Amino acid sequence: MTNPVISSPHVHGPANVSGVMLRVVYALLPAIAGCVWLFGWGVVVNLLVAITAALVFEAAFLALRRRPIIITLRDGSALVTAVLLAVALPPLAPWWLVTVGVLFAIVFAKQLYGGLGFNPFNPAMAGYVLLLVSFPQEMTNWAAPAALRSGDLGLVQVLLHSLTGALPTGTTMDALSSATALDTLKVQLGMAHTVSEIRGGPIFGLFGGRGWEIVNGLILLGGLWLLWRRVITWHVPAAVLGSLALIATLFHLINPELYAGPLFHLASGGAMLGAFFIATDPVSGATSPRGQLVFGAGMGVLIYVIRTWGGFPDGVAFAVLLMNMAAPAIDYYTQPRVYGHNRG
Amino acid sequence: MDNQANPGTTRQLWRFHGGLHLPDHKALSSGRPITPATLPKRLVLPLQQHIGAPAKALVEVGERVLKGQMIAQADGFVSAPLHAPTSGTIVAIEERPVPHPSGLSAPCIVIDSDGEERWTELHPHAHWAALDAGELRNVIREAGIVGLGGAGFPSFIKLNPGARTEVDTLVLNGAECEPYITCDDRLMRERAGEVIAGARIMRHALHARRVVIGIEDNKPEAHAALRDALARVDRHDIELVQVPTLYPTGGEKQLIKILTGKEVPSQGLPIDINIVCHNVATAAAVHRAVERGEPLISRIVTVTGGGVAQPHNLEVLIGTSVDDLLAQCGGTTPTLSRLVLGGPLMGITLQHRGLPVTKTGNCVLALTPGEFGQHGPVRNCIRCGECARVCPANLLPQQLYWHARAKDFDHAQDYNLFDCIECGCCAYVCPANLPLVQYYRYAKTEIWAQARDKKKSELARERHDFRTERQERDKAERAAKLAKKKAALEESPAADSEEAKKVAIKAAMERAKAKREAAGVEPKNTDNLTADQQRQIDEAEARRATEKKNESANERE
Ligand code: SF4
Ligand code: SF4
Repeated sequence: MTNPVISSPHVHGPANVSGVMLRVVYALLPAIAGCVWLFGWGVVVNLLVAITAALVFEAAFLALRRRPIIITLRDGSALVTAVLLAVALPPLAPWWLVTVGVLFAIVFAKQLYGGLGFNPFNPAMAGYVLLLVSFPQEMTNWAAPAALRSGDLGLVQVLLHSLTGALPTGTTMDALSSATALDTLKVQLGMAHTVSEIRGGPIFGLFGGRGWEIVNGLILLGGLWLLWRRVITWHVPAAVLGSLALIATLFHLINPELYAGPLFHLASGGAMLGAFFIATDPVSGATSPRGQLVFGAGMGVLIYVIRTWGGFPDGVAFAVLLMNMAAPAIDYYTQPRVYGHNRG
Repeated sequence: MDNQANPGTTRQLWRFHGGLHLPDHKALSSGRPITPATLPKRLVLPLQQHIGAPAKALVEVGERVLKGQMIAQADGFVSAPLHAPTSGTIVAIEERPVPHPSGLSAPCIVIDSDGEERWTELHPHAHWAALDAGELRNVIREAGIVGLGGAGFPSFIKLNPGARTEVDTLVLNGAECEPYITCDDRLMRERAGEVIAGARIMRHALHARRVVIGIEDNKPEAHAALRDALARVDRHDIELVQVPTLYPTGGEKQLIKILTGKEVPSQGLPIDINIVCHNVATAAAVHRAVERGEPLISRIVTVTGGGVAQPHNLEVLIGTSVDDLLAQCGGTTPTLSRLVLGGPLMGITLQHRGLPVTKTGNCVLALTPGEFGQHGPVRNCIRCGECARVCPANLLPQQLYWHARAKDFDHAQDYNLFDCIECGCCAYVCPANLPLVQYYRYAKTEIWAQARDKKKSELARERHDFRTERQERDKAERAAKLAKKKAALEESPAADSEEAKKVAIKAAMERAKAKREAAGVEPKNTDNLTADQQRQIDEAEARRATEKKNESANERE
């Protein structure tokens, strides 16, 4: 009997790609539940549309590229992309908006680069930015938090709205939606209001957007769980949130009436999602711990800059993509000192 | 981050980067005392069981040999002799399959035992302290002792620091960090006195200032046994240190870092930082060789794993077949799926059961599918960095993989491929199930093979350059002569033409030099190939040849 030569090691640890991806989805479940409670069924419809589209596009492209379909689908990466995008999109988005975003994320940002592992950009954020640039109107039409909505839609009604655009008689889109806190802040600062005036408005809560602070809290919870399960390390989220808080504090101290404080920035928009779920995407991020600190810090600063002086209310997606571009260079300059090589 | 005080011992301990906490499976065999394996009918002894040149056979087919008789002598400096593990008849000297990563055959001496175990005359040195270091080394060399921890480097060389080098610390490696293996554990428990005695001889040969024995803290019995043995001989210059259990603490470079805080320089040796490291089993073998005159003809082998009925620690004659050992352990179970020589992280696959145990074979591991751990499909690298987090050499395994896969060997070397110790940590944690170590081995052997090709062509080019240089010089000299003649005709001073000649020669030589330099850059890390590397290159070439054969076979299909 002659056995094939198999290289060591002969044993393997418990980790696998599918497991990593699934944990990311699990970690988002509390936040998704929070979104349903706060913004209604829209997020569930988004998820349904996004996941279906992602699996279909991924399978179709794998077939075109003659790659194993079932095995690859089971890596879970299409699922994660779909879920992240669905959570990031406005809860009352029409189906085609979600589908176009997923199409771009899966096909253009991932498969055309050679599939999972070869994509230089975070696919979900690439899809998100494409939508933001192409459909700014639809993208800023956010569902109003429960307390501010007049009338509630059931799951079927939301689904119908997503597919056909139809609303039950007597309900208007205006009644269901509102601008986000970040959006409002930006617009009203432009109209020479002060931060404290603006934050007296109904869509603001204790530190951030009303309700958003709870969703962001739940995202933080999920992120901490990922840390605990060692799916991610602390470097990226700490650097993103730390640098964002630092720079926000700095400007807030300079002029509190012009610049919102650090808590507002942490608790609004996509900061938490970006820090724990998007910037931690291994494929498009930096790899070494030092590199991840640089990556995260750069991202935090960019988020603030774009939010404060850029043309869009939130800067998370742009910040991620910009740092993705810088990741190879960061990796190159933050290589660890190899055993037996001189320090410095 | 490097430093870490350890309140348990007086010695400060350090930490190496990464490492793994692995399920150790040592309980399968750690309770089994060392038992002598039954005398096999036939022994197969590869002439090369060590790093360096193969030994040269001293016997002929048909010759009768005695137990302990030298049957092959060291060939060159880096080499080790072989001794008959039992008395009997030489029945063949021929190529046989040997346990090796690439599954090659190599020259072996085959002995049929006569069952009498008649010893040759032995020459013990009870008063070894009276011998000088050189004499001691010679005894150890003649006993055929090589590193028993796995690498198999001839021990006498590592006991020779060179006249001007002081040895600060002799580190004895009793970490035994790989899962399943318990042979050193049992040795330390049952023969602690031999280990200590060997340590003292080694220390004497090295003039080492101190001796530190490092043991992982999952072996308290071994630690206690050594402590008692030390107390008996009343030695205070030998320090016993328990180190935290973490794979690969038993790696030479890692253990040195843990115990001393120093790092062996890249491409260097421990002696470069005044440290020498030997395995505890090697120390015991040194004791036997010196104080009893016994050459290295047996070793302790752990036979274990879910695929073997009764795991054992056997004292095995070198050359015994793996099959014989498995039979003594109650045979294999039906679920056995892979036989490994060595540990689960660094061992090599045994292609069949007939292969012999060599001096470096510390463990026969019979693995069942349930023991492999999770094995999903191989996927693309997702750059998760897990591999880099656990790499004890602090490399970026994902980058090495990337470049090795692309056959971009220059970049692989830029990322310090040759600092990889092939410990397997990276592949163990990789969620994409990539066979990372296999890529590194492949890249290393390819680079060595290329370097050798390059050396060959370089020699050829040098010869060519030399010829061109000479031709250019001749031409210049002729031109100078001509100029001189012309000058003489024109009655100008002769000194000038002498000058012209020199200038012309210099120009010619510079041209040749520039040409050499333009020809290309030297490959890195490839100077001073050891014999083992040389062997690996040969294997790479053999493999390339078979690959080619396979390719053409595939094409035919
Ligand atoms: S562990 Fe595997 S998947 Fe992760 S970075 Fe390393 S090679 Fe890539
Ligand atoms: S095998 Fe090499 S690259 Fe992988 S962890 Fe060990 S030393 Fe690092």
